[in-house]
Amino acid sequence: MTALRQTRQVSLRYLRALVRQGAWIGITLTQPLIWLLLFGALFKAVTEIPGFHGGSYIAFLAPGVVVMLAVSSAGWTGMGFIEDMTSGVMDRTLAAPVWRGALNLGSVAQAVLTILIQSLLIVGLALVLGARFAGGVGGVAILVLVGAMLGAVFASLSNGLALLARQREALIGAVSFVLLPLTFLSSALMQRSLEPSWIRTVSQFNPVNWAAEAGRSAALGHADWGLVASRIGYLVALLIVAAWFATRAFGTYQRSL
Amino acid sequence: MTEAIVARDLVKTYPPDVRALDGLTISVEAGTVFGLLGPNGAGKSTTVRILTALSRPDSGTAFVAGIDVLADPQAARRAIGVVGQKHGVDPQATGRENMVLQGVFYGLGGRELRTRVGETLERFDLAAVADRRVKTYSGGMQRRLDVAMGLIHRPQVLFLDEPTTGLDPEVRSEMWKEVEKLAHSEGMTILLTTHYLEEADRLADEVAIVDHGKIVASGTPEALKRGLEGDTIEIELGEGDAAATRGALARVDGIGLTEVDGRVLRVRARDGAAVVPAVLAALDAHGIRAASLTMARPSLDEVYLRHAGRRFDEEEVAA
Repeated sequence: MTALRQTRQVSLRYLRALVRQGAWIGITLTQPLIWLLLFGALFKAVTEIPGFHGGSYIAFLAPGVVVMLAVSSAGWTGMGFIEDMTSGVMDRTLAAPVWRGALNLGSVAQAVLTILIQSLLIVGLALVLGARFAGGVGGVAILVLVGAMLGAVFASLSNGLALLARQREALIGAVSFVLLPLTFLSSALMQRSLEPSWIRTVSQFNPVNWAAEAGRSAALGHADWGLVASRIGYLVALLIVAAWFATRAFGTYQRSL
Repeated sequence: MTEAIVARDLVKTYPPDVRALDGLTISVEAGTVFGLLGPNGAGKSTTVRILTALSRPDSGTAFVAGIDVLADPQAARRAIGVVGQKHGVDPQATGRENMVLQGVFYGLGGRELRTRVGETLERFDLAAVADRRVKTYSGGMQRRLDVAMGLIHRPQVLFLDEPTTGLDPEVRSEMWKEVEKLAHSEGMTILLTTHYLEEADRLADEVAIVDHGKIVASGTPEALKRGLEGDTIEIELGEGDAAATRGALARVDGIGLTEVDGRVLRVRARDGAAVVPAVLAALDAHGIRAASLTMARPSLDEVYLRHAGRRFDEEEVAA
């Protein structure tokens, strides 16, 4: 009960802070649209590559953008912790008998909510642009869920990293460093059978690819349910590890004080 | 007499090779205000972080409110209120939101939490601005909110880490009144760290001077000053031969260094008040009249100089 209430209050705190920044709302809401439109325009010719099956590139791309945006949005979550360390809020919080897990989960919940809204915007815009998701509402729901789980994983990792690195620059560096490789080493933007074989091998271990594969196959209605279930399983396992890591990182941070 | 805080032989090193605490030992009687005095980097904040279960020592023991801080940090946290050196308030949230979050962190909830938040805001004169965002608060309002947040769970022991550093004089004296109120009318045990000598002098029942991670002197501010044998009696001489004063005072017991500067005579004495009559009588016997007399107790600054071997403000500049 207490743990739940603490988690809820922490996420409320971060949400309120975001909502009160007008610029943040504007950016969060327009970013998904820009990504989908830009990638859609740039990679339109992909549909003409022999071997591409899937018709509308926007319908193919939308799940990829959902996944990519989830990683990118979630990656910055740790910035909130770094701000709290600088301002003294973190030390005051840790001096309280608060459950450490609530501090991570509350911040992750805020990130996930943002990602859910962004994902729905992407799906909505794709529909407006004429894409059809054969997987129906259920398939799209799985896509959004998978994106949210991936976001939760990266939000936790970002929080844990923030506690270990304690510096804005380190976090910015890490997020910018991993975002593109993780995206390109996955089928987010490119059909799997058209990727070089080494990328296909590497991407088996890439959580972004797990989410892209499961989300796309569910949304586009050619779901291999075994694959969807196994990828969701991987993501759940990774989420547990990531949340554990972030919660433990508070202890490491405190030992450095 | 019960002790609210007992720390023994605390040692804390930071990589690569900084020994922040080097066997620090303190004990604070319940219901008193204890001042940990020292320059930046002496180990004050490290001590507070250890006693509030935020950080762990390499070795040593720490008990707060009878709880072993190292063995049961969660229980210790519940008994302790902390007001850190930096503002621990979220500037984007309102005063009330900050208070509610803090209360939830201490396991409060429901109506009890709401009532207590309301009462505490009222008490610290923040009720009118409770629903404004903290970033619009003045420095004094922010600091009051800081203290209010530290008290939301009614702790037995309150830690104030440099509560007035960076505050303007008006806010500082407001803060001092608040600390006095907490200590005297509510019987709370307060440990405060400061590098302002006058602050320790005014607020603390007992003071410990920290230098290089160790306590180099402790006692009541009065006892520490008395230990210096350093009251200064300053006498402006009226009629009479100023040059003869040294001879006149040669046979007065209990006085130390004497110096004459024009028509001003300065006498050091262990207990100034006790020797004044003898000094005046000796002068009078030599036909020297005193036009005025003032007596100054030594400052904690001098105590610091004596025990740390350096002047306080020099250390500040170096830091």
